[in-house]
Amino acid sequence: MRHLGVLARIELDDEEVQRLTGQLSAIVDNIAKVSQVATPDVPATSHPIPLENVFREDVVGDMLTVEQVLQNAPDATEDRFKVTAILGEEQ
Amino acid sequence: MSDVIRLSAADLAAELAAGQISSVEATRAHLDRIAAVDGDVHAFLHVSDHALEVAADIDRRRAAGEQLGELAGVPLAIKDVLVTTDMPSTSGSKILEGFRSPYDATPVARSRGAGLVPLGKTNMDEFAMGSSTEHSAYGPTHNPWDLDRIPGGSGGGSAAAVAAFEAPLALGSDTGGSIRQPAHVTGTVGVKPTYGGVSRYGSIALASSLDQVGPVARTVLDAALLHDVIGGHDPHDATSLTDAWPSFAAAAREGASGEVLKGLRVGVIRELPDSGFQAGVSASFRASLALLEAHGAEIVEISAPHFEYGVAAYYLILPAEASSNLAKFDSVRFGLRVDVPGGTVEDVMARSRDIGFGDEVKRRIILGTYALSAGYYDAYYGSAQKVRTLIQRDFDAAFAGVDVIATPTAPTTAFRLGEQLDDPLQMYLNDVTTIPVNLAGVPGISIPSGLAEEDGLPVGIQFIAPAREDARLYRVGAALEALLVDSWGGPLLDRAPTLRQAQGPEEGNL
Amino acid sequence: MAKAALMDFDEALERFEPVLGFEVHVELNTETKMFSGAANPAHERNHGAAPNTLVAPVDMGLPGSLPVVNETAVRYSISLGLALGCSIAPSSRFARKNYFYPDLGKNYQISQYDEPIAFGGQIEVELADGTTFDIPIERAHMEEDAGKLTHMGGATGRIQGAEYSLVDYNRAGVPLVEIVTKPIFGAEHRAPELAAAYVRTIRDIVIGLGISEARMERGNLRCDANVSLRPRAAAGEPAAPLGTRTETKNVNSMRSVERAVRYEIQRQAAILAAGGSITQETRHWHEDTGTTSPGRPKSDADDYRYFPEPDLLPVAPSTELIESLRAALPEPPAVRRRRLKGDWGFTDIDFQGVVNAGLLNEVEATVAAGAAPAAARKWWMSEISRIANSDGVEASSLVSPHSVAELQKLVDAGTLTDKLARQVLEGVIAGEGTPQEVVDARGLAVVSDDGALIAAIDEALAAQPDVLAKIRDGKVQAAGAVIGAVMKAMRGQADAARVRELVLERAAG
Ligand SMILES: [Mg+2]
Ligand SMILES: [Zn+2]
Repeated sequence: MRHLGVLARIELDDEEVQRLTGQLSAIVDNIAKVSQVATPDVPATSHPIPLENVFREDVVGDMLTVEQVLQNAPDATEDRFKVTAILGEEQ
Repeated sequence: MSDVIRLSAADLAAELAAGQISSVEATRAHLDRIAAVDGDVHAFLHVSDHALEVAADIDRRRAAGEQLGELAGVPLAIKDVLVTTDMPSTSGSKILEGFRSPYDATPVARSRGAGLVPLGKTNMDEFAMGSSTEHSAYGPTHNPWDLDRIPGGSGGGSAAAVAAFEAPLALGSDTGGSIRQPAHVTGTVGVKPTYGGVSRYGSIALASSLDQVGPVARTVLDAALLHDVIGGHDPHDATSLTDAWPSFAAAAREGASGEVLKGLRVGVIRELPDSGFQAGVSASFRASLALLEAHGAEIVEISAPHFEYGVAAYYLILPAEASSNLAKFDSVRFGLRVDVPGGTVEDVMARSRDIGFGDEVKRRIILGTYALSAGYYDAYYGSAQKVRTLIQRDFDAAFAGVDVIATPTAPTTAFRLGEQLDDPLQMYLNDVTTIPVNLAGVPGISIPSGLAEEDGLPVGIQFIAPAREDARLYRVGAALEALLVDSWGGPLLDRAPTLRQAQGPEEGNL
Repeated sequence: MAKAALMDFDEALERFEPVLGFEVHVELNTETKMFSGAANPAHERNHGAAPNTLVAPVDMGLPGSLPVVNETAVRYSISLGLALGCSIAPSSRFARKNYFYPDLGKNYQISQYDEPIAFGGQIEVELADGTTFDIPIERAHMEEDAGKLTHMGGATGRIQGAEYSLVDYNRAGVPLVEIVTKPIFGAEHRAPELAAAYVRTIRDIVIGLGISEARMERGNLRCDANVSLRPRAAAGEPAAPLGTRTETKNVNSMRSVERAVRYEIQRQAAILAAGGSITQETRHWHEDTGTTSPGRPKSDADDYRYFPEPDLLPVAPSTELIESLRAALPEPPAVRRRRLKGDWGFTDIDFQGVVNAGLLNEVEATVAAGAAPAAARKWWMSEISRIANSDGVEASSLVSPHSVAELQKLVDAGTLTDKLARQVLEGVIAGEGTPQEVVDARGLAVVSDDGALIAAIDEALAAQPDVLAKIRDGKVQAAGAVIGAVMKAMRGQADAARVRELVLERAAG
């Protein structure tokens, strides 16, 4: 559960960990239910209305101004977003 | 002029077109109504401070002889899930408090283009997670039929706004029933279009493969008119359909004649047990079926054996997609930031998300993260996607023999605020009849079918049509609506209790 | 940080077999980004854009924004897949790779996971001595680039010790193709060289296709090098299982790729020989020190929670599209080299010299403009290279292949001697015009009027009667003195062979 909190970037206190651990069982119940019928011969549907090859022409559009890009920034300087120190390396 | 707010959008539009009323007058009447009753209803999170200017502009253009859309000058409430340039967009969350989008959602842009006048943003369960609007970070919305009860969710604000005559029309979004279930509990009309029928661009995503924006109204024709405005292909949404849609308003007008019921085959699902439904809900449903039958429709029992797996599949797919969609709220580019002295950006993100998200949201993000975690993807998300295939097959088989499927929209009438807050599982079951529609991507409509005998609260009937056959829903919905209104001697909402009028601000002061 | 122990490279190779693998990211030079209409900073038109000026809603993950796939990026990716000898998937899909990082606007990267657009290829890589090596390609998939972080405060822009970081989303969403090799065996002591040659080949391919600027220093082409070692099996014993690999990132020049692979082989060998074990990790290459250091811990990165991107639909290119792109492919670099070598009839050494000097294109263009291959090679490899070297510039920047061919034509026609031609070349390089214009302006053409030559010869013979006598006596070599005098009188602009002929003619009387 702690690991899930780290992956989801949500700081969980002990009480939350306790409560959520209990609720994971709901997921497990759903799995049990779903696996009754989700047999290997059934294809998965990821889009309810099947489409393919939906493309955009390579033409410039939808650009924001720097002001628009930064208008909701919690912190910004030099036209860039400012964040506090990063621990890990880039991926 | 006090009747302006009770006019249907179609009738108001006709009066606007005929010059019998101005958009400024209509807009002012609705703003006054909001000022008078929204303190109790709390349908709105934000009321536009320039709606009157927009209305005045429409009036000017009309006076100048400009050809305007049918709904030009009609006020519109917008669910806060849709981003707007001129009003904050929060999706009911504290993490987005005060957020201003630099672009308009496509349904909003199209509404503006058609001359509709945005009144404000409506309340909702945080990030559309819920069926009661109690999970809004800004406090619950109250059902105009009984202020102690929920207005449904997640789009309780939009439904309550039209039910309380604060707006003739509203925009909603429906991931598992968030337009239809609020319509059911507030005695209004709500439509979940075919997936891809209305653009999702600018709709703050909950579950991308299930979300659909749709109209919220008091009549079937009004919903159709708004659907005509917001629907159609949008190149900004890859899942948007390129179909040339027929006029849904024309379909609704055609349906109102009643002829469409002759020979109509209406499917009723065998597997939905009566026992799961409140008695008054079942009774209202049966009465509607009898009325349809009496006017030439044929009621056919159909089988949908995989419906019962829908809720389980939904609660695997939704949290998975939501956990990913909500990752963008990390305090870097927008939204709440909670500083952690000496902390790294990772700490700041985690603290901001802990404080910015409500419990229900955090619960679903964690469940979704779990469902996608290493080794579980196939078993969880993948299996749930297979259930979608099975449900689609059920629908295909059913629609081979019937024109539409009918269900009660939800199992119960509006429950009391707080009643189910501690029982997420029961809360989830409220969507048992609406969820399969989203999983299969087919369209659904909920229209008022009457009041439950035991509590006098509204009940809705849901019609489901095959994908792309949204027009069929408007025809059938309008036909039944006409018969019911006729039998009631007026719209169902006429029977809603009168809301207390708060001391409004001085006229013109809004 | 403490300097890692390194084993001597040759000793490392004696004891261990290196196994390589590469992930190369290619930034496509489309007009717009992979999933948005924002102008693409990897297109030359947009170089040097100010921070956050090339951003559309989806690039910064604005609420409600949606991605839509760039059709040109798909075509480029298919072309690249075909050029890598891959099969193109009849249907491929995008997936979300979920991880939090401030340069990632949505906190997931849209990539391809189990259904890449291209898979199962092979390319031929040529080493400096002309030997070739087949590199097996696992897959090539489409994805988007992340934004750019700048670390401020602390030491020299490094992430460690920085006080804060600034984020620019211009690069976020730039179309990428990631090319992943299968494990590469058998490179042995040439592993470092092969690594550089592989990246150079990828660069040649994408430049040939015109789909990327492929400038490593700009990050258009980025290589992650995987290195593992396994102990050599004794004769008759089965091969040992693959060793634990490290992935070295941030290697942004051909030379660095070579150095980084060599360094990792030496570092890992030292650890293994000392009884230690290799940690599976990402390592960062440091250009300044020529070393690698451990990067991000894997604990977070090993769980990307991939799932199919619900906002996008499958990419299912038609056979017609694939075949039309295949038909338009340029010749693969290795095939082209083989063809040119045969056409030109060069020796191995001569041909490889041209390749290694990076003058293949120039020689080819000079030949195409009409020069004989040997002459074209001679011009580029000797005189032009010499000037380029002494001026410290690229040979290709000095003179056009067309001018070189024109110069050679003047030599072939006898208008210029080799010596005169070199002077004309200098004039062309100095910007005095085409070779013909330089000849005209400087008056450098060979005097081909026999009358003028005979007059000069007669004068010289008259001035040196003793020489004339010797020639008449049959001492033909004595003619040199007269020829020299004539050439001097003609200021070098005469054909010495013709002068000799005429001298003997006139002496004979
Ligand atoms: Mg990689
Ligand atoms: Zn990659």
